[in-house]
Amino acid sequence: MIEVVRPGPLTTVQDLGRPGLAALGVGRSGAADRRSAALANRLVGNLDGAAVLETTFGGLVLRFRQVARVVVTGAPCPIRRGSRGEAMNAPFTVWPGDELTLGMPTSGLRTYVAVRGGIGVDKVLESRSTDLLAGLGPAALRAGDVLPIGRDECGPLPSVEVAPVPDPAGFDLTVRVMPGPRDDWFTPEALRTFSTATYEVTSDSNRVGVRFTGPVLERAREGELLSEGMVPGAIQVPPSGLPLVFLADHPVTGGYPVIGVVLTDDLPVVAQARPGQSVSFRLVSAELPAAAPRAVAV
Amino acid sequence: MNIRRCGDQALLIDVGDTGGIDAVLGLYSALSDPRPDGVTELVPAARTLLVRFDPAVIPAGELVELLRDTEPVPSHAVRGELVEIPVFYDGADLAEVGKHTGLGADGVVEMHTAAEYTVAFGGFAPGFGYLTGLHPKLHLPRRAVPRTHVPAGAVAIAGEFTGIYPRSSPGGWQLVGRTEVPLWDPARRPPALLRPGTRIRFREVR
Repeated sequence: MIEVVRPGPLTTVQDLGRPGLAALGVGRSGAADRRSAALANRLVGNLDGAAVLETTFGGLVLRFRQVARVVVTGAPCPIRRGSRGEAMNAPFTVWPGDELTLGMPTSGLRTYVAVRGGIGVDKVLESRSTDLLAGLGPAALRAGDVLPIGRDECGPLPSVEVAPVPDPAGFDLTVRVMPGPRDDWFTPEALRTFSTATYEVTSDSNRVGVRFTGPVLERAREGELLSEGMVPGAIQVPPSGLPLVFLADHPVTGGYPVIGVVLTDDLPVVAQARPGQSVSFRLVSAELPAAAPRAVAV
Repeated sequence: MNIRRCGDQALLIDVGDTGGIDAVLGLYSALSDPRPDGVTELVPAARTLLVRFDPAVIPAGELVELLRDTEPVPSHAVRGELVEIPVFYDGADLAEVGKHTGLGADGVVEMHTAAEYTVAFGGFAPGFGYLTGLHPKLHLPRRAVPRTHVPAGAVAIAGEFTGIYPRSSPGGWQLVGRTEVPLWDPARRPPALLRPGTRIRFREVR
């Protein structure tokens, strides 16, 4: 068992989310920075779908009531186990009574804590993820919560002392974006602005989406776009003309045009972007690759 | 049918105004059971079907070809089970809707219960369905100022749709009634009572 002494500004339980249920109005949710969450699970020998803790801006304090193998990944922050320091991306053992404290990250936003066996809270629709928008899964953690440790190991502990991972950049970020599906709703000027200007992350960003300030993007056409399906990384432009990148808890459908979609590989970069940090969007080709020639039966 | 790129792991099929909701539901049905290998998610909407895929299993180009070759299921074959929803027609906007349409409150109730509806798509919240089949006389804009709190079970109309709020949430639809039928239960399989293709009739209870 793990006791939550202090949850910090926001700590939630996250796994790979709830894929395949969007037609029922249920989004995927899951870890915002899936790469760091996956690394955390691997370093303690968990299944990829094991649940971890996702904490925003540090400040998390946990008290362990049993021995556990633990690792911390994502936004790098000072880690204390009792009076002793521990390192990021390096698994360590926590003993009964130990308090684990995560300080403020030096860069990036979201830090992940994995425990061997995973966080064992009950599943809702096959997932332990907290979906803040849909209100599914366990509530955000509060002081006094007690979390069970699960049984989602996938074999012996990997013999890794530390995983070499670059820290999230603390300065200007560049993110690759594929234009569309509704880039034709914007003027050529707006598309030029979008791909050359610098945008700044605002503080009303969360797991639903990252909001930006910067030059306004003008539409080429008026009228309403009928509601359509959304993906993580979709860059929606509401009437304000300011872009918003959807993250893990994004709505299933939306009615504002999507000017482009962040490449899947660059989404963890957006998920780690801090308020005040500047981001530039670089457009990449949206042409569909030709289908591989089909094998001919003989 | 226009297929658009939606990032590196999704395509958006736009059926345009000609096919409309029937074409979306037809494509959704054709691709749902079973889903083609590598297709991870299907999101039907008013004029589009979003197809999320795993490029490690199916390359985008191959998926485009597969989608172009997909025959939509004809609309009469899409219709799912018929669900009857008992409704107390005492919504906060009923009188206003009656005045606005010239039907009076009783006329609105009569018209709302006369039609058979089909769930076209979801997406607003878990278990919420956008129901098509609303009589054109009841097509009304959303409230100018949305309510911060609409109670669970509220039966409402907006634009060409009617729907039921599965849980309390903010909302701008015109409230005409309420039902006690549970629309969403995560422990039930499937958890949503109303799924794309489900047919609905409203019955007045007093």
